Formats: sequence, C-alpha cells, structure tokens
Amino acid sequence: MTMKLKMKTLAVAASLAMAASGALAGGAKVGMITTLSGGGAGLGIDVRDGFMLAIEQSGRSDIEVVIEDDQRKPDVAVQLADKMIQSDKVDVLTGIIWSNLAMAVVPSVTAQGKFYLSPNAGPSALAGKGCSPNYFNVAWQNDNLHEGAGAYATSAGYKKAFILAPNYPAGQDALTGFKRFFKGELAGELYTKLGQTDYAAEIAQIRASGADVVFFFLPGGMGISFLKQYADSGVGLPVVGPAFSFDQGILQAVGAAALGVKNTSQWSKDLDNEANKAFVESFKAKYGRLPSLYASQGFDTALLLISALNKADVADHDGFRKALEAADFASTRGAFKFGPNHHPIQNIYVREVIKEGDVFTNKIIGTALENHADVYAAECKM
Amino acid sequence: MSVILLVEQTLNGLQFGVMLFLMAAGLTLVFGVMGLINLTHGSLYMVGAFAAAAVAARTGSFLLALVASIAGAAAVGTIIEMAVIRRLYSRDHLDQVLATFALILILSEGTRWLFGSYPLFLDTPPWLSGTLMLPFGIEYSIYRLSMIGAGLCAAAGLFWMIARTRIGIQIRAGENDREMIGALGVNISRLNTLVFAIGAGLAGLAGALIGAIQSVQVGMGEPVLILAFVVIVIGGIGSIRGAFVGAILVGLTDTLGRFALPHLFALFMDASSATSIGSSLASMSIYLLMAGVLLLRPRGLFGAT
Repeated sequence: MTMKLKMKTLAVAASLAMAASGALAGGAKVGMITTLSGGGAGLGIDVRDGFMLAIEQSGRSDIEVVIEDDQRKPDVAVQLADKMIQSDKVDVLTGIIWSNLAMAVVPSVTAQGKFYLSPNAGPSALAGKGCSPNYFNVAWQNDNLHEGAGAYATSAGYKKAFILAPNYPAGQDALTGFKRFFKGELAGELYTKLGQTDYAAEIAQIRASGADVVFFFLPGGMGISFLKQYADSGVGLPVVGPAFSFDQGILQAVGAAALGVKNTSQWSKDLDNEANKAFVESFKAKYGRLPSLYASQGFDTALLLISALNKADVADHDGFRKALEAADFASTRGAFKFGPNHHPIQNIYVREVIKEGDVFTNKIIGTALENHADVYAAECKM
Repeated sequence: MSVILLVEQTLNGLQFGVMLFLMAAGLTLVFGVMGLINLTHGSLYMVGAFAAAAVAARTGSFLLALVASIAGAAAVGTIIEMAVIRRLYSRDHLDQVLATFALILILSEGTRWLFGSYPLFLDTPPWLSGTLMLPFGIEYSIYRLSMIGAGLCAAAGLFWMIARTRIGIQIRAGENDREMIGALGVNISRLNTLVFAIGAGLAGLAGALIGAIQSVQVGMGEPVLILAFVVIVIGGIGSIRGAFVGAILVGLTDTLGRFALPHLFALFMDASSATSIGSSLASMSIYLLMAGVLLLRPRGLFGAT
C-alpha cells in the first residue's frame, strides 16, 4: 500500500518535473512596434535587424515575432499595442524608438500584465516615479549619454560650453544631463525647434559667444544639417555630442564634416569582447552594412529575452521577471546589469569619428563614466 | 560685435527667404493659373534633392547635380501632372488635397524603395566651401552667399519670363480667365503642364541647393511645404510678387525672431526660462506674422481684391 502510494507520488513528481522542464524550453510570442517608414525609419530598421539576427542565431523556432510599423505616430503605436495584446496574444512587447511613443504605449502595456523590453527610448518618467516591474530598458536612460558628454567635456578641460537641443522633453533631458556633469560655465544655452533644418542663426550666436566647446543633441536629420552647416561656417570650435548624431546610419550623409568629433556611447563596433566581435561580423555578413548602436541595442534586447526564456516560462510572471533581472547574457557592450529600476548600469565610452577606407565610423578613445546608473533610480518604488 | 551679429543674421534671413521663394513660386503659380492646391510640391523638392545627390555621387560635379535636380523634378512633375493632377482641376479643393496627399505618400515610399531609408550624402562643392570676409569684419559662408545669388537670379528670370515672354502673357491671361484664353486658341492643357513643370523645377532646384547643407532624406519636403503655404498666404495667393515679398518677410522674421526673442526675454527673467520661452515664441513668430497680415489684408499683401 505504502509502496503503491510512493510509486504514485513519484509518478506525479516525475510528470510535474517534465511539465516544468517543458516550461523551461517554452517559447514566446513577441510583438515589435517600431518605426519602419518616414524620416526616422533607419533607426527602427536597425533595431529590427539586430533583434532578428539574434533570434535567428539562437536557432529557436518557438519564438514568434510580430513586426508592425508605428510610422513614428503615438496614436498608431497605441492601436498596434492593443491589437498585438488582444488579437495576436503576444507575451512580450518591444521595439519603440521614440520617447513620446514609449510614454503612450508602455504604461498601458505593463498595466495589462505584459512585459515590455525597450531597445531604445528611456524617458525619465519611466525610470523614476513611473517605473514598473514589467518594464525593462536594455539601452539607456535618456540622460545617460549626455551625462557622459558632460563628464568628458569636463575632463578634457573645456571651460565654457555652448549647448543646444530641440525644444521637447528629450531635448530638455539632454541639456539637463549635460549640465549635471559639466563643471565649467555655459557660454550659451539654446533650444531649437524640433525638426528644424537650418542652423545659420544658432551658428552665428555660437561664433559670437566666446565658447571653447559646443555640445549639441540633434538626432537624425537635424544633426546632419547642423554638422554640415557648422563645418561650412568656419567657426571651428570642438564639438561634443551623444552618439545619436554620429551613428553608422547617418555618418555617411554627414561626410568629412564629422571627422574628429568626440561623441559618447554605451556601445561601439570596436568594443573589445567576443560577443561584440561576433555580432559585428555576423551583422555585416547578413545585411551588408556596419551595425549602428541601435542595431546593437536590438541584438542585446533579443539576447536578454532568449536568456530569460531559457530559465523560466513567460507565463510564470514572477519567475520570468527574475530571469530578466539577472540579465544573464553576453552583451555586445561587455559587462551589463540592471539597476533597481530595470535600467542598465554600464560604462559610457568616448568615441571619435574616423575614416576607415571609404567608410566613416567611430573608434573608442576612452571611458567617460564607469558603471554609470541613472539619477532617477532613487525615485523608483516597485 | 552685436551689429556684426545682426548683419550676419539678416543675411541668414535673406538666404532663407530666397530659398522659400523658389518653393513658393511654383505653389502660387499653380494655384493662380490652375486653381489647384498642390500638396505634392514638397515631394518635388525632395525629388530634386535626391536626383542631385544621385548625380553628384556618380559624376562628382555639383553643377551637373543642380541641372539634374531641375530636370528630375520637372520630369516627375510633368508625369504626375499628366497622369493624375490634370483630372483634378475642375474638382473640389478637398478632392485635390486628398489626391495630392496620396501622391506625397507614393513619392515618399517610392523614393525609399529606390534609395533606401538612410540619408544620402550631398555636400557643397570645394569651390563654394569655406567663408568669405565681408567688409566690417563679417565672416560669412560662401555657399550661403551663392544661394542668395542663385535664388535672386532664378527670381529675376521668373519675373522676366512672366512680364516679357509669350508664355508669361499666357500665364497671366490664364490667371484672369481660363476659358477665354482657351477660346482664343491657346492650348490650355499644354500651358498647365508647362506651368506645373516650371514650378516643379524650381522646387527641385531649392531641394538640391538646400540639400547640400542639410540632410537629403525621405520626408524632407513636408516642413518646407508648410512654410511655403504660409508664404503664399501672406503674399496673396496667385501673386508671384507677393510670394517674393512674403518669402523674404518670413525668412527675416523667422531668423531674427529665433535670434532676438530669447535675448529680449533674458532682460527680465532668468536665462534658462528665457531661452525656453523665447524659442517657443520664435517658432510661432511667422504664424503670428501671417495672422497679423490676414487681419489687415484678408487676401494677403498682393492678393487680388
């Protein structure tokens, strides 16, 4: 009798164990909302290509990715998120590039109990008071690269900085971030119109300001315009900026005007670690171009997802969250871990724009901030 | 020092205004002669820039690139006029807006399909790079000076064509009475195509000239299109002279506003909020100008009354 009972218990235990191991190898359905058309499409395409490269290399056919284009419009992104959660029944969402879109989508996604892994946007609101146990940022908090630029400008001995950024939340975060770590004084501070393409008026003021360095945050086409016009103006002061205006996708359009410019980034294609070398090689082989930092962020996001899926079933929310928090994967940036608010603690490097053969690209020349976390973590209660 | 800065900013405003005129001229001509609201005009600007970048990349010649920008935009303009826009002249403005908006999407995605999603490279030629020392110690970009010159030449050519040539007479007659010049034996549909192509060519030229100092990318035309509409509303819809005056006014207001307003606010508030409020107000300044002009002259400065 007791023998029989024991046998039964064993059988149950075995089947439970089998069920559990089945869960360990469980797949997931991922919804990717990103910008694939319009002016900002280059960023979304890089994130998508990096993400899909990692999924492909993992050889896992049980991860299904649904990809949709948000056209850089918050209302479209919200509709896509609703559709993916309700009719596609995705477990995890990812992909959003722009902070205003992330603010529209992420809070409702996490409130519905789904996980969101951000491959790019890191608005301060989601890192501080609005943080969520189900929201993970694999890229950076928005301020980070600008803080790195401020720290670099200080250590390089610059005393008077002229700083400019577009007049919108991420632009204000950028100047705040720079000022937080820059110890010199400001020769001038300017907010430009978002999407502005002519900077003659600003460059004239830079010329008259008596500054010894210029810091600017002008992502995408705005940065291309500014750099070309700045080079043409003959002002010639050194320029410092975050990596966004010097990523692989736009450097070729800026051309020689960017040569020698110092910019700050959490990633660079020449970062010396095995994961990164393999990533750069395989990205080049697959897509025929050099990866940008956005591609590396998409790649890391997928690696994080796969590492968590290897440890826990996505339906087991607490277990899956723990597995994500562990961040047990070989990041292209080398050491990588999450802070208490699920934002990265990582090095911010200084890069210089160089020319390799016919291609403009970046090379690491130093470290601006080591194991840098964001200032909003203290406000996060989860 | 601040006088030098003011002169430099005035030159910047002038340069911006002249480029806006190249955009606005085609828009106002098309509206004046054909009564068409053409949202595709910004896409033709983009087509010009892409044509210039493609030719510059292959030949290395900036002048050839400029020729290509005019030819490319005029060719695309002719094609869409004959294929689509021709059918819209007699229809409601709302139909025109819808159809030309669809054309924006088609041209944008078509350009992406041909050239990819990443911005293209187009730079100023070496013989126009660098700066020039003007009298009184004003250092100014040679390329921007050339833009002012090229824009003024194009404007003079356009005025000459409209005032002195046979085509110009037909265009002016077409603005006054389309049916009548048709009855007098002018091939009105060929005139329409020609006017549309001229406007497209000018927009393409503006795209190439500006593309060399900004970024050549999909979607670059739409912000300029909005400004061009502001210009023709201020100048009076259908009037070339109005478009010129409006463009210079908008260029100067925008540039000087961006420069002066933050300084003005800094007189009575702290620096950080002065920059923030001043630049917010500066981005509104041209719309305030438009509202002011419309209040005093509801049909614009040179609009037919």
